[in-house]
Amino acid sequence: TLRLICTTTPVQRKNVGASGPEKYTEAFIKKQIEEFNLGKRHLANMMGEDPETFTQEDIDRAIAYLFPSGLFDKQARPVMKHPTEIFPEQRKIQWGEDGRPFNFLFYTGKQSYYSLMHETYEKLLSVQKHQDQLIAQDLPLQKEKRNLAGSRWLTKIELEEMLLEKVSDDDYSRFIKLLQKLVALPCADIEENYIQKFSKEVPVQLQKVVIEPLQHDERGVAFSTGEGKRKTARATAVVYDNGTGKITVNGVDILHYFPVLQDREQLLFPFQFLGRIGKHDMVCTVSGGGRSAQAGAIRLASAKALRSFVTEKEVEFMRQAGLLTVDPRVKERKKPGQEGPRRKFTWKKR
Amino acid sequence: QLDRGCALHTAARGGLSSVSSQDVPAQRPRAIFHTSENDPAKHTEQHEGRLYNIPLEEVKAVFPHGLPHRFQQQIQTFNEARVMVRKPALEILAYLKGSNFAHPAVRYVIYGERGTGKTMTLCHVVHYCSRQGWLVLHVPDAHLWVKNCKELFQSSYNKDRLDQPLQASVWLKNFKTSNERFLQEIKTQKKYMWGKREITEEGRPLREVVEQGLARVRSATDAVGVVLREIKQQSHRGSFRLLVAVDGVNALWGRTTLSKEDKSPVSPEELTLVHNLRKMVTNDWSGGAIVTTLSQTGSLFKPSSAYTPQELLGKEGFDALDPFVPIPVPNYSPREFESCYGYYLERKWLQHEKAHTEDGKAELQFLSGSNPRQLDRLAGPL
Repeated sequence: TLRLICTTTPVQRKNVGASGPEKYTEAFIKKQIEEFNLGKRHLANMMGEDPETFTQEDIDRAIAYLFPSGLFDKQARPVMKHPTEIFPEQRKIQWGEDGRPFNFLFYTGKQSYYSLMHETYEKLLSVQKHQDQLIAQDLPLQKEKRNLAGSRWLTKIELEEMLLEKVSDDDYSRFIKLLQKLVALPCADIEENYIQKFSKEVPVQLQKVVIEPLQHDERGVAFSTGEGKRKTARATAVVYDNGTGKITVNGVDILHYFPVLQDREQLLFPFQFLGRIGKHDMVCTVSGGGRSAQAGAIRLASAKALRSFVTEKEVEFMRQAGLLTVDPRVKERKKPGQEGPRRKFTWKKR
Repeated sequence: QLDRGCALHTAARGGLSSVSSQDVPAQRPRAIFHTSENDPAKHTEQHEGRLYNIPLEEVKAVFPHGLPHRFQQQIQTFNEARVMVRKPALEILAYLKGSNFAHPAVRYVIYGERGTGKTMTLCHVVHYCSRQGWLVLHVPDAHLWVKNCKELFQSSYNKDRLDQPLQASVWLKNFKTSNERFLQEIKTQKKYMWGKREITEEGRPLREVVEQGLARVRSATDAVGVVLREIKQQSHRGSFRLLVAVDGVNALWGRTTLSKEDKSPVSPEELTLVHNLRKMVTNDWSGGAIVTTLSQTGSLFKPSSAYTPQELLGKEGFDALDPFVPIPVPNYSPREFESCYGYYLERKWLQHEKAHTEDGKAELQFLSGSNPRQLDRLAGPL
């Protein structure tokens, strides 16, 4: 008999089958939870706090203190959370000891999806039956419309998380259509609880920027403040009413602070746009950045301050003109292997 | 005819009176910004903010070298020389009219920030004095004598000092054009020896001294010194009035960029021209006035934000010039701005469509900050 003593690596590799993501057993998860709780108590002890009333926020703060990290990505930093948040939910084994699956739809492949569809269709049928009953009894159908404007259906990813199995695009759209059909029926209120599992609220109120009202100083002159920034420069501006068009920056007149015409044009832009060149006085303070950045920062600050003096329509015009938007451009980082952010090293053929 | 004026410039109209413009059927806007009063002697506060005309031949005769470069370009473009009448100039003229010439000469120092019109004020005063028949000693820019000199010779008169033949000859030439008739009248009082051979006798007209300086470039600086001394002595007697107009007087007491052959720096006293000019600017003579301007633009080793007499003159200069009458020159007042703007519009210097509107005017005023130089530079490309 010939015994293969040395085996080549490809042969060895074939024996190990490709397994999917690590399966965590229930016992493993339970152990993790116990360890987490113990660790929580130890941590509370270390920080000198009461172990009984140690919340998740306290844990986060303690970890950030004990393991300071300069990484930019928050998710890359050390984290201590409950195991259910860290380990993704996994499907328990779907079949029993005898090999017989629990669910009758197991052999369809997408058991939870089809079971969901079946359930939803059953609800639909029950609603239709109820409707028929009401019509037979000549009772008026309830006509309370759901507020569709403030809610949205679950996204595909959320549905996948809920069902713990992959859902294809077609399947997802079929499910949504079924839900919409259900909701369209007049008596859908009966199944309101069921439907709410699959809908989410959308915050209706968009972030409305509040325009501050005018303030008045001792002499009775109306004024308003605004802040602006550009690159590394930060500026605050105070715009007074009933003025002559004089502008002071850090205590110096603009002619002396900004000898370049371009910077003064930037300052002029908000006033010129509103047609109020000689009507307001302005006092600003600015720091950081360079000459151009400071001019841009003051421009933004003065535009924000001028909003209080002006009608809402003009505020909308200003926004469309780009006077109220913070300029997001900053200096791009230099990458290794290149001379600058974009420039590569000189390419030599040999 | 004044009521016909434009509705735009009501502010300018506020100070109008019927005396000022005796214009004949001039076009409407012209009546407001310009005066026909070409004699500076008759300028009063009513003319403030208006522009008056100087005929071109007079310009060549009176200002061979005094006007700022940009203004000369403007004269060439518009084919006329228009100077604005402003408050500081009116102030000096009032003082000059009322001063007693038996007393020692009063010194006036015009100061102000960059580009506010100090040199133009000086030229206005010079024009007035030349109209009145004074002898005008106009030094266009003392900074030219203190920097960028290619040739420096040791003075033959005094071993310690240094000569600058080029600058001296240039100045003598211009001096000759501006004061022709005086050179004929004034006679020398001493015998002067130029080098070993040429001699100027006593009693000869000063013109010979000047021509000697021009012919013999080496002795030009000494010629300048002689001219200055003679004039000073004779104005003391009272036969004529003397105006000493120096632009950039802070150059006389600052530092120089020149160096001797052994690379040691030259201080201003060692330059003959500067030394003589300093003697002129001291007030130990009578029968005239001294009007000077401080200038930061050409000054050496001074920060650009300095504009007060103390900062620019330094301690030495301040003590030397003390006591003096300081005259600040501010930026344009709204009225002056309007008349300057109207003048540019009228001469079609502002070609941009928006420049004619009120908004355009407000924009120009904001961007230039009512500074004459900035306004001039802004209006150029428009």
